[in-house]
Amino acid sequence: MKKVEAFIRHEAFEPIRTELLGLGFPSLTISEVKGSGRQKGITERYRGAELTNYLRPKVKLECVVASRDVQTVVDTILKHARTGSIGDGKVFVMPVEEAYRIRTGESGEETLQAHPDPAAAPAA
Amino acid sequence: MRRSWLARGVMLTLLAMLVIPGAALADTLEAANNGVLQESVAINSIWVVLAAILVIFMQAGFAFLEIGFSRGKNVGTVIAKVLTNLSIAALMYWSIGFAFAFGNGEIIGTDGFFLRDYGDPQEAFAVMGLSDATVEAKWLFQFAFCAVSLAIVWGTTLERIKFGVYIIYAVVFAGFIYPIASHWVFGGGWLQSNIGMQDFAGSTAVHLIGATGALAVLLQLGARKGKYGSDGRPRAIPGHNMPLFGLGVFILLIGWFGFNAGSTLGALDGRFTEVAMVTMLAAGAGVLTSIVTAAYKTKSIDIGMAGNGMIGALVAITAPSGYVEAWTAPIIGGIAGIIVPLSIYAIDKKLDDPVGALSAHGVAGIWGTLACGLFTHPRLAQYNGFGDPEGGLFYSGSFAQLGYQALGIVVVFAFVFVLSYGTFWAIRKTYGLRVSEDEEEAGLDIVEHGMYGYPEQFIPAPELIGYANAPGSRDIPTGAKSASSTREVPA
Repeated sequence: MKKVEAFIRHEAFEPIRTELLGLGFPSLTISEVKGSGRQKGITERYRGAELTNYLRPKVKLECVVASRDVQTVVDTILKHARTGSIGDGKVFVMPVEEAYRIRTGESGEETLQAHPDPAAAPAA
Repeated sequence: MRRSWLARGVMLTLLAMLVIPGAALADTLEAANNGVLQESVAINSIWVVLAAILVIFMQAGFAFLEIGFSRGKNVGTVIAKVLTNLSIAALMYWSIGFAFAFGNGEIIGTDGFFLRDYGDPQEAFAVMGLSDATVEAKWLFQFAFCAVSLAIVWGTTLERIKFGVYIIYAVVFAGFIYPIASHWVFGGGWLQSNIGMQDFAGSTAVHLIGATGALAVLLQLGARKGKYGSDGRPRAIPGHNMPLFGLGVFILLIGWFGFNAGSTLGALDGRFTEVAMVTMLAAGAGVLTSIVTAAYKTKSIDIGMAGNGMIGALVAITAPSGYVEAWTAPIIGGIAGIIVPLSIYAIDKKLDDPVGALSAHGVAGIWGTLACGLFTHPRLAQYNGFGDPEGGLFYSGSFAQLGYQALGIVVVFAFVFVLSYGTFWAIRKTYGLRVSEDEEEAGLDIVEHGMYGYPEQFIPAPELIGYANAPGSRDIPTGAKSASSTREVPA
């Protein structure tokens, strides 16, 4: 199991989510974060005084998948998040030791998948 | 800098105006000193100036309505726009607009440029002769109408238009488009005097004109980024603050009592009280029917639609408010409250109109103007002296008045649309209408004005204390030249 953590532009999220959903990866988490990299800051001017804001808003996308699926997910992110300009963001992949589904107590890779049809799932 | 030539132009215009000798004041002071000033002049002027102030207050209503319906990154720009447009409208309407709109003439008025040398005001501005309020009071009131009409234009353009477009179009609109078109409808021009079109306070002359300009710019500006998905279906871009939207609606309601009831231009005949009551009845009915309509279509009690319904009803009652009996007001407002939500749902499928200006001001304005043709009471048609003295269809059984109204709508729409479309076309080809995609993404506040409407939401707290040039901070160019640019550090 691996965790894919990507820092992307806001507008890249929607196409990535749509494609991941289509590929069968509905589970992910995002946070709105601020960070700095090579992308330049924004200067705010307020009544004659200036204030440079170095931290730019980004979306942090986190997604834990089976190791064999990592490349698929990363490729999807790269495909949609890349504009070719500075500020497109970064993707990190890191190992995950264990995963539990809280509702059922199951553990392991199967907890990463959505039940294809929740109604067909065995009653807990 | 793309804005420097604009700034130069504005400064030159202001300087040119200083050269022109001071306008002659009305001779009320002389009359008062001689003890022959009629008290009615003072009484009527008080009402007209008070009404003008209420109408000017509507600018705050439009501002907060638009701010509430915008995203948080595009809010400060609305304030800058309203202040700029109001100011341009004042100067343009003083220099030429008022003369074009209310001087005598079938096609265009020519009395009172810079509000001077007009001779006897009751003759020069004969269409307002029913009231003896001073010309200055009438000017303030009519300028406020012009500013309202201009404010309506920008409802469709939020969150993506370049700021300079406001300035250029405002000059053309307040100097030519609005004065000429409104002259025809309620300034004594040919639609009013020769055809007999009735428009008491401006369903067509103010609201439809504004909405027509809004359509002309929207067709060339296009939708906001992300409004329509790749399948072409509209997506919601929710406004950031419904309470501010609501504040805007309430301010507009308050202002509308100046708008409609003030259009009597006098207090002595007591008509303004009747007009004020009619206005409220229509607004109330519009809220109720729009809530029911929206609930029927969307299964929820839609806050925005309740507000849009009230605005639509107020727009609809604007033309008939001085021509109809009170019992028709809930009908006129109520029907507006039904057609406004339906129109918003229909328009949203193809055109991105963030505040519903096309529906609330355009469609409701057309309905209100036509309502005169149905419900105008003979006694009021005769009192105002325009249109079929037999009244509207309901009283006279004749389609005459309805026909006059329809003709007026078509003429005004065509005139304003052609001139506005041409103006925006010229702006698009030279200066450009729209900010770049990156700028739209960043928001107009930071891109056009270099500051955020809500800084705490965009600047992290540690940077807000102004520790910008911290030791060891990266060599990121700052300063005036790079301000509000989104270019990157070289790799």
